[in-house]
Order: sequence, then structure tokens, then C-alpha cells
Amino acid sequence: MFELLPPPLIMVAGAMLIGITRGHWRSVIVLGTPLLTLWAIWQIPDGVVATVDFLDYPIEPIEGSPLRRLFATIFSLMAFGGGLYSFRQARWYELSAAFIYAAGAIGVSFAGDLITFFLYWELMALFSTVVVWCGGTPEAGAAGVRYAIMHLLGGVILKVGIEGVAIHTGSVDVRPMLATNFDTWMILAGILINAAAPPVSAWLSDSYPESSPTGSVFLSAFTTKTAVLALILLFPGEPVLIGIGLFMVMYGIIYALLENDVRRILAYSIVNQVGFMVCAVGIGTEMALNGAAAHAFAHILYKALLFMSAGAVIYRTGFSKCTDLGGLFRTMPLTAACGIVGALAISGFPLTSGFTTKTMISQAAADESLVFVYFMLAAASAGVFLHAGIKFPWFVFFQKDSGLRPKDAPWNMAAAMVLLSVLCILLGVFPNLLYAYLPYPVDYVPYTAGKVLFYLQLLLFSGLAFFLLLPLMKRTRTVTLDFDWLWRVLLFRMARAIYAAVAALGMALKTRVGNGLVAIRVRAGILFGAELTQAGVFARTWSIGTTALWIVVLLTAYVLVYVL
Amino acid sequence: MNDFDSHWLTRPATIRKLWWGFSIVLALTVAAQLFVDVKGYFGVDGWFGFGAVFGFSSCLVMVLVAKVLGFFLKRSEDYYTSGDDDV
Repeated sequence: MFELLPPPLIMVAGAMLIGITRGHWRSVIVLGTPLLTLWAIWQIPDGVVATVDFLDYPIEPIEGSPLRRLFATIFSLMAFGGGLYSFRQARWYELSAAFIYAAGAIGVSFAGDLITFFLYWELMALFSTVVVWCGGTPEAGAAGVRYAIMHLLGGVILKVGIEGVAIHTGSVDVRPMLATNFDTWMILAGILINAAAPPVSAWLSDSYPESSPTGSVFLSAFTTKTAVLALILLFPGEPVLIGIGLFMVMYGIIYALLENDVRRILAYSIVNQVGFMVCAVGIGTEMALNGAAAHAFAHILYKALLFMSAGAVIYRTGFSKCTDLGGLFRTMPLTAACGIVGALAISGFPLTSGFTTKTMISQAAADESLVFVYFMLAAASAGVFLHAGIKFPWFVFFQKDSGLRPKDAPWNMAAAMVLLSVLCILLGVFPNLLYAYLPYPVDYVPYTAGKVLFYLQLLLFSGLAFFLLLPLMKRTRTVTLDFDWLWRVLLFRMARAIYAAVAALGMALKTRVGNGLVAIRVRAGILFGAELTQAGVFARTWSIGTTALWIVVLLTAYVLVYVL
Repeated sequence: MNDFDSHWLTRPATIRKLWWGFSIVLALTVAAQLFVDVKGYFGVDGWFGFGAVFGFSSCLVMVLVAKVLGFFLKRSEDYYTSGDDDV
């Protein structure tokens, strides 16, 4: 049936083997599976590879295209990077779940029809929940439940949309559409939930920081970026995405500025970065879609790098709050250096992967004369440097001396961080390495003197703003309310109030209405003879004489009425 | 702990030098626009020092917006875990 091994199945098989192997064999499986998957990904030709019929719909489990291969490549690379980072620290079931999660992401990348797409989508939802639970704390358990509810709800919405499209158009092909009717809106909403779009973005910053230091590296890579891929495949040029993207960009910055938890800062900045991509998909030109794909690729690398750096700090110190950390550059120089590379890359500093990919999106906005979008994205670039580029390394590695003197990251964590740092800089210095694999031909020169100068001014003066405004950004031991307050607190309180009201009503029924019912029952007992000892009025046995007398009376009355 | 506090990077003298160095770099990036033509897409973004002013002011606005929002939205760390309001 298949002439080649489907890449997602290789990952699933690897995940199974992780469970049954031990020691060095397991290490070999963890590191080898993603590489084998990567090889298989590049064996897939363009177009639909195989078709199976299911319920009269042609199922196309594997469809190749440059865009799909690009995303599958970065997903498998990330599975390798994450595996290298965590294979000596994470428990086997976390690795196993993370690999099936990655398999889901790779499966979505190649899904040629909406049914396959949905199945892999749900696979991701299930096993990413397991990864969240692997945080092992009660908070991780609760956050995992909220995460699962949100994603299963998103899955149902997506499914409703897919059913509608299948019935109304008769086709389940993954192909570009616009949100014009109920079905397509449902699909769009289902995907946007995974992209952490408003108003449900809180699931991301709620759950990722509760996972284990190794788990958050995997979580940062797959869910939101598969949503970006799905948007590129299904909704290129959907105008509503521009506004949603800009909202996400600004939301991410503002909330990250308010946040105290290191990984939550990074989680908010995922929303911010995905906002750039969503906005680009909304613009929808070839330049914009190239930008979205390239930025997703680069983003996965530097965001995972940042989560690795934060994870190494948490692994070594046990602290995750800015207020507890600081001054770690002394004893964790490598982790600090790699964290700074990731921070520069996410800020889009020249010579990093962020610069060569994010500026494509700005270019696309400029090409379409979207003045407002362009300047919002430029302001957001400054804001990214502010909230992630400086804030993260500053509060973790410099700031004050926290007195903590942890050892630097273990060798495998260090190796993974160095690998990703090198990739971040490599794609920044030689952007054509990535441009060659983008879905459309690239007609874009990232490094012109004017552009570099503009961004240097923008970013360095943001840096100045950070240090001048530092007193305004003093970290506090706080959380920031988000839309999830509506269901975590308001809905909960409402449910409790309704429950109390129902209980009170029940009591009232028991007393007031109950008393009335009891009275009626007593009266009925008198009339109908519920009591056995004394029969009721209509239930007594009457003598024949009395009956005959009543008949006489009634007949007399009848005759009288008749005659008169 | 004290011997670490005297790390060269944290000495006041070093920090003063860093501020000087940083200021010079900032001045240079603006001055460089005398020699390098920043081709703006919409006219205004090609003005002299636009990137610097725009970067600084947008950060200022974002920090202030965050500050004001934080005033309304910030809660103590155990907001969700204290009491019986949450799972």
C-alpha cells in the first residue's frame, strides 16, 4: 500500500520503543527516531502519495509539498533537539508522550484530507496533555485538565466545521478556503484555539509553565505552529486574521511585561510571535506566506532554545520566578550565553534567524501598503526586544545577585542549546539556507544597509527604554488576570450561586409547598379512605336500604322534572 | 557571597563604562544615518532618527499601558490556588 514509511508512524513506533527499552538502547531510540523520521520526510514527493477510501471519502494520509515538508522538517528537528535536551533527565513516559505529540504534528503537516488532519490534530491534543501532566505537581494536574478541556472543545468545534464542509461541498480535501459560512468559521475557530488566539489564549500561558523543565521545550514547538501551518493551508489571505494577529502580538508583549514567572514570560511571547505569523497569513501574499513559514521555522528554534535555557535554570535551581533568580551568569555562563542568543534571535537582531524571517512579514505588509499593520509590527519588534530580548536574560542571569550558585547545565542539555544557538545564527548569517525551501520563490534581500540601520536604531533604543524604565518594571509576586478568569472564577462562582439557589429552592419546596401537599394528602385521605382503619366518604360500604332510598329519591326527582 | 559580589561585571566602575559604551553605540546608530540612506516605505519611516524615536516611544507606551493594566489585573500569586474558588 505504501511504498515508503509514513513519517508519523516512525515517530509513534519510536515512542513505543522508548517504553520497552532501557539504558543506552533507549538513548539510541530517542536520538535516532527523529533522524530516521527526517530522512523519511525527504523521501516524500510532491502531491498525494496514497489514497484510501473511507465512508465514500478519499483519505489522503500523506500529501507532499514544499510547505508541508518544511514544517515536518522543523518538527522532526525539534523532536531531535528536545530529545537530546531531555533524554537523560526526563522520565520515559514524558519522552514517549512527547514523541507521539511530535508524530501528531508531523501527521498534520502531511494530511491531505480533513479527516486525517483531524485525527492527528486530536492525537496532538491528547499527548500534549500528558506532557503537561508530566510536570508532576498538583498545579500541573489542574492546568492539564484545563488544557485538555480547552483542546477537546476546540476539537469538537473543528469537527463540526469539518462535518459541515464535508456534507455541503462533498469534499474533505485540505485546500484554501475563506471564512464565509458557518462551516468554515467553525474550522477557523477550531484552528485559532490551537493558535492561542484571543479570547482563549490563556490555555497556553496557563499550562506550559506548569510542565516539567524538559516538557515545556516540546510544548513550545508543536501545537501553535501546526495551527499556523493549518492556517497557511486552509485560510491564506483571510482578512480577519490580520486583526487577530495584531491583537495577539500586542497582548503577548503587555502580559509578558507584567509577568514574574520566567517560563510564563516565554509563553506569552509565543502568543506574540504566533501573532506575527497569523497576521502574515492574513495578508496572504506569496511574500507574506513565505514570511509566515520562515518565521515559524526560525521561531521554533529560538523559542525552544529560550525554553531550554529557562529549563536548565529551573532544573538546576528549582526556582522559576524572576524575584527568586538573578546573577546566574556567574556559574551558568553557557546557559546564559545560549539564552542570550535565543533572546537576540527572537528580537530579530541582525545576524540572527529572527531578522531574516520576521522582516519578510514587515516587507509583505509594506508591499501591500498596510501602513497601520506595518507600524504596529515595527512597534511590536521593539516590544519583543523589551519583553523577551532583554527582560528574560536580564532578570534571570543578571539583575541582582540572588546568592544562587548552581552548576551549569548537564552536558546533553548544553549540547542541545549549543546546537540550536548555532542554527539560530546560521540562518541569520546564511538566510538562503532556509529561503531555498520556502513554498514560493523568494525575491527578498534581508540585508540592506538601510534596513539593518533602521532595526538597529529600533532595537537599541528599545534597550535604552528598558534600562531607563526599569524602576517601572520591578518584579512583583503576582499573576495577571486573563480571559480565563471568566471560566476559572466567574463561571465557577456562578455555578456555585446557581447550585446554592437550587438547594434553597429545594428547601422551600420541602417546607412551604411540602406543607400544602401534606394538607391535601390528609384531606384526600379523609375523602378517599387512604387509611385502612377508617374508610373515606366515597369508599365506605353502604347498606342496600340506603342505596334503594337514594334511587327512589333520584327517580322522584327525575319524574318531577319530566312532568314539570 | 561577598567575593562573588565583586565580580568585575557588577562593579560600579564597570557599569559606568557599560553605560558610556552603550550611549556611544546609540549615538553612532543615529549618526550613521548621515551616511546610510534608510529607505522608508511610507516616507515618515525614512526620517532622520525615526527608528530610534519610534523604538523608544513605542516601548514607553507599552510599558505604561502594561503598568496601568497591571493596576487592574494583577493579583497575588496564590489568587487561583487560595480559597475554594478553583480546582
